[in-house]
Amino acid sequence: MNLTLYVWRQKNADDRGRLEQYEAHGISPEMSFLEMLDIVNEDLIKKATEPIAFDHDCREGICGSCSQVINGVPHGQEEKTSVCQLHMRHFKDGDAIYIEPWRARAFPVIKDLIVDRSALDRIIQAGGYISSHTGGVPDANSILIPKDDAEKAMDAAECIGCGACVAACPNGSAMLFAAAKVSHLAMLPQGQVEAARRVRVMTEEMMKQGFGNCTNHYECQAACPKGIKVSFIAKLNREFIKTLGRSGKISSSVDRMADTLPSE
Amino acid sequence: MILDGKCPSGLLHEKWDKRRQELNLVNPANKRKYKIIVVGTGLAGASAAATLGELGYTVEAFCYQDSPRRGHSIAAQGGINAAKNYPNDGDSIFRLFYDTVKGGDFRAREANVYRLAAVSNNIIDQCVAQGVPFARDYAGYLDNRSFGGAQVSRTFYARGQTGQQLLLGAYSALSRQIRAGSVRLHPRTEMLDLVLVNGEAKGITVRDMVTGEIKFFAADAVCLCTGGYSNVFYLSTNAMGCNVSATYRAYKKGAFFANPCFTQIHPTCIPVSGDHQSKLTLMSESLRNDGRVWVPKNKGDQRRPDEIPEEERDYFLERKYPSFGNLAPRDIASRAAKEVCDEGRGVGSSGRGVYLDFADAIKRLGEITIRERYGNLFNMYEKITAENAYKQPMRIYPAVHYTMGGLWVDYNLESTIPGLFVLGEANFSDHGANRLGASALMQGLADGYFIIPYTIANYLAQTAPGKVTVEHPEFRKSETESRDFIKRLLSIQGKKTVTEFHRELGRILWEHVGMARSESSLKKALQLIPELRAEFWENVTVTGTSAELNQELEKAGRVADFLEFGELMARDALHRAESCGGHFRVEYQMPDGEAQRDDENFSYVAAWGFTGVATEPELHKERLSFEHVHPSVRSYK
Repeated sequence: MNLTLYVWRQKNADDRGRLEQYEAHGISPEMSFLEMLDIVNEDLIKKATEPIAFDHDCREGICGSCSQVINGVPHGQEEKTSVCQLHMRHFKDGDAIYIEPWRARAFPVIKDLIVDRSALDRIIQAGGYISSHTGGVPDANSILIPKDDAEKAMDAAECIGCGACVAACPNGSAMLFAAAKVSHLAMLPQGQVEAARRVRVMTEEMMKQGFGNCTNHYECQAACPKGIKVSFIAKLNREFIKTLGRSGKISSSVDRMADTLPSE
Repeated sequence: MILDGKCPSGLLHEKWDKRRQELNLVNPANKRKYKIIVVGTGLAGASAAATLGELGYTVEAFCYQDSPRRGHSIAAQGGINAAKNYPNDGDSIFRLFYDTVKGGDFRAREANVYRLAAVSNNIIDQCVAQGVPFARDYAGYLDNRSFGGAQVSRTFYARGQTGQQLLLGAYSALSRQIRAGSVRLHPRTEMLDLVLVNGEAKGITVRDMVTGEIKFFAADAVCLCTGGYSNVFYLSTNAMGCNVSATYRAYKKGAFFANPCFTQIHPTCIPVSGDHQSKLTLMSESLRNDGRVWVPKNKGDQRRPDEIPEEERDYFLERKYPSFGNLAPRDIASRAAKEVCDEGRGVGSSGRGVYLDFADAIKRLGEITIRERYGNLFNMYEKITAENAYKQPMRIYPAVHYTMGGLWVDYNLESTIPGLFVLGEANFSDHGANRLGASALMQGLADGYFIIPYTIANYLAQTAPGKVTVEHPEFRKSETESRDFIKRLLSIQGKKTVTEFHRELGRILWEHVGMARSESSLKKALQLIPELRAEFWENVTVTGTSAELNQELEKAGRVADFLEFGELMARDALHRAESCGGHFRVEYQMPDGEAQRDDENFSYVAAWGFTGVATEPELHKERLSFEHVHPSVRSYK
C-alpha cells in the first residue's frame, strides 16, 4: 500500500518545527510502523536528505523508548500497543498519517520526534525505590506476600516509562506514572516502611519538574501501552492522605523523614 | 601466551571465600576519592554502579539510551535461576553449577561457574528486598518454573517480564545513588574509546549523542557492562542499539577477545516475514514448559495444523530427547528445528518454521492458567503475526539471541588490561559454548551486585586515587583518533546506506557463520567480509553532521566495528575444529548428528589479541581443567 505521511520535523530545541509531507510506497501489512518509517528514512538518505529522528530500541514493546503521537493518539489507535508493536495491517492504502512527538511542558523536543523524558527519571530518583542495601537482606521466602497483592503490585510495576500518559493528558500530568510506582511499592510489605515518605517526595518532584495535575480525564489509561489503570491514581491519593495528620497537614513524623533525604 | 585465569586454589566451595579473604580492601574514608567509570546500565551495569556508589566510591555511569531503565536486559522474558531448592525437588548449588558447566558443553571455567551458582541465592533475596514482584503461590511463597537443560524447577519469574522487573529493581537502586550524589549519570552518551595510561585503563572518550560534543572522563578504573554482539548478524533478538563497539574498541586497545564464535541461536523466535524485517522477536523459552514442538511427518504437508491428525505429527524433541523433551537446551533444540526444516518439513509460507502447540496444555490446565502464565507473550505474538495462539499453534524458528563470547577476564573479572573490568554478557566467563535459559540475568546481577564490589577494591587498593586527569596527553591522542574516525565516516558520501551494509554483513554471517559452519563456509566468510568492509569505507553514505543528534552517524560507527568484528568471529570459528554448544561444525558430528567435541585439542579458551585490522590476530590460550565435572558426551536423551 501507499501512504502519505505528515511528520513533525524540528532541527533542535530552538527550532520552531513544522509538519512535512512524505510519501511511503510499497508498504506491506506485515511491517511494523517503525519498519515503515525505516523504509521512508532509507529513501530520504538516498536523496541525501536527513532521515526522521525517532527514539526506538527493543522493538518488542518493553523498553519504552517509542514516543510518537500518531493521528493525535500517543502510540496510535490500537489498544495497549506501543508504536513498535503497531503493525501496518491496521492502516489501508491511501491513508494520511500524522506523526508528532510527545507534547508536554516537562518533555522538551530534542529533535524531530525525540523528546527529553529525563523528568520521569528524576521522579524516581526522588524516592521511587526501597532503600535496601546490597547484601544483608533476609531470605526471599521470609517475606510472604499474598498472591493477589503480588499480582496487583505487578500490574502497576509493568509500567515501561514511555510517557504516553503524560502526552495524552490535557494537563501534561505524570500522575499515572508516579501512581504506578507508588502503588507497586506500597502494596508490598517491603515497601510499606517508606510509603509515606515516598508518596510525598515523588508528588513534590512531579510538580517541580513541570508536570500538571490530575483532573480525571482518564486519557492516560487509554493511551497506556501496558493498560495501567487509573485506579492506581486513587491508590496514590489514598497513600498521600495517609501522610496527613488530623489537622489535614502533613504529619510531623513524615516531615522529619522527608527532611532526612539528601537534597539535590 | 598461556593465560592464567587466576582462580584460587583449594576446595571448589571454598574458593570464593578464600579469594575474598586474599583481596585487599579500600578504607571507607578513602573510597570517595576513587572514581570508577561504568559503561552500560543494563543488569550488570546498573547493579554495579548502584552497589559501588552505595559503598562510597565516586561513580560515573554511561548509557546510550535516554534512561538507564531501558538497557536491553529489560527484554528478558522467562526468568532467573537460583539454587534455592524451594520446591524440594533435588536442587543444590552443586547441581546448578553442574548443569551450567554441562550446558556450556564443558567450555567454561569451573571456579567461575561455581561462584555464580553460589551467589545465585543472594540475588533472589536482594531482588525481593527491592520490591521485585516475583510470582507467588496462594500461600504467599515464591513460585518456580522449569527451563531448558534442567530437571528441577529453579527459575524465578515475574510473568513474562522478569528482565524488566529485575532491571527496574537495579534501576531503582541506581536512582537512589544518583539522588544521593554518589553516581553521576550520563544518558544518551556513547563510548568512543578506552584511554590507557601506562598500559592501564584510566578513562574513556565519549560522544554526547544530543549535541555531538566529544567529552573525556578520567577514572581510577573502568567497568564495561555493554552487553553482547548478536547484532553483528543484523537480525537478532537484541535491541536495535545493541553493539560491540565498546568491547571491540577495548580489544583494539589490547584487551583479549575470548571465544567470539560462541553465539547462541534461540529456538523459539517469531519467524522472519520479509526483507523489511528490522529485528526478531523472542518467544520465551518458558513456553516450552507447556508448549509442544512439532512438524508434519510428511514433507510439504500444506494442511492447516488442526487438519493434521496426531499420528501424522512428529514431536521431534520428545522423540529425540525423551528425558528432556521440549525442554532440551537451546543449541540442541535449535539445530533439531533447522534439521526438520532442511528436510522440507518446515511450516509457514517460508517453510522455515515449526509449531509450538498449546492445545494439550489448554486441555489439561484450562485457558485461564495458560493466560496467567504466558498472557503477555501470546498478546505479543498476536500483535506481530495477527494469529491467536490459544486457537492455533505458534510458528517459531531459531534466531540469534545471545553471545557467550566476550572480553577475556580472569576470576576477578579483570581483562588483560589492568584496571579494565568486564561484567555481564560483555565478558566470556560463565556460559562456555552454550548458555542455559534464565542464566543471563543471574550472571549480570551476580557480577554487578556481588563480585565486582570485592574484586575492584583489590585493584584500587594498589593504586593511589586520582593519578590521571583528562589533561593527560593520552586523552588528546584519543580525541584525535575519535574525531578522525567520525570525520572519515561523514566524508565518504557514497551511494549505499549504513543499513544496507549492515544487512549484507548479517546475510554473510547467518549463511556462513550461523547455525551450521564448515571450513569452506568460514573461508568464504573470511573472503566476503573484508570485501564488504572495503566497499563500506568507499561507498557508505552518512547524512548530517557530527555536531548534532545524528542517528545515522551512531549506526555507522557501530557497523564499522561489526565489519571488523565479524571477521574475528569467523576466524575463531574456523580455528575451532570441533563442534561444541552453539558452535556447530558440520565436519565434526556424531553419527546421530550431535555435536562432536574434541577435548584433547580444544579444551581451552581462545583469547584473541589485536594486531591490526588487516592482519591476523594473535591466539592466546587458557587451558580449562575439570576437577569436579568430568567432561562427557553431553546427552539429553
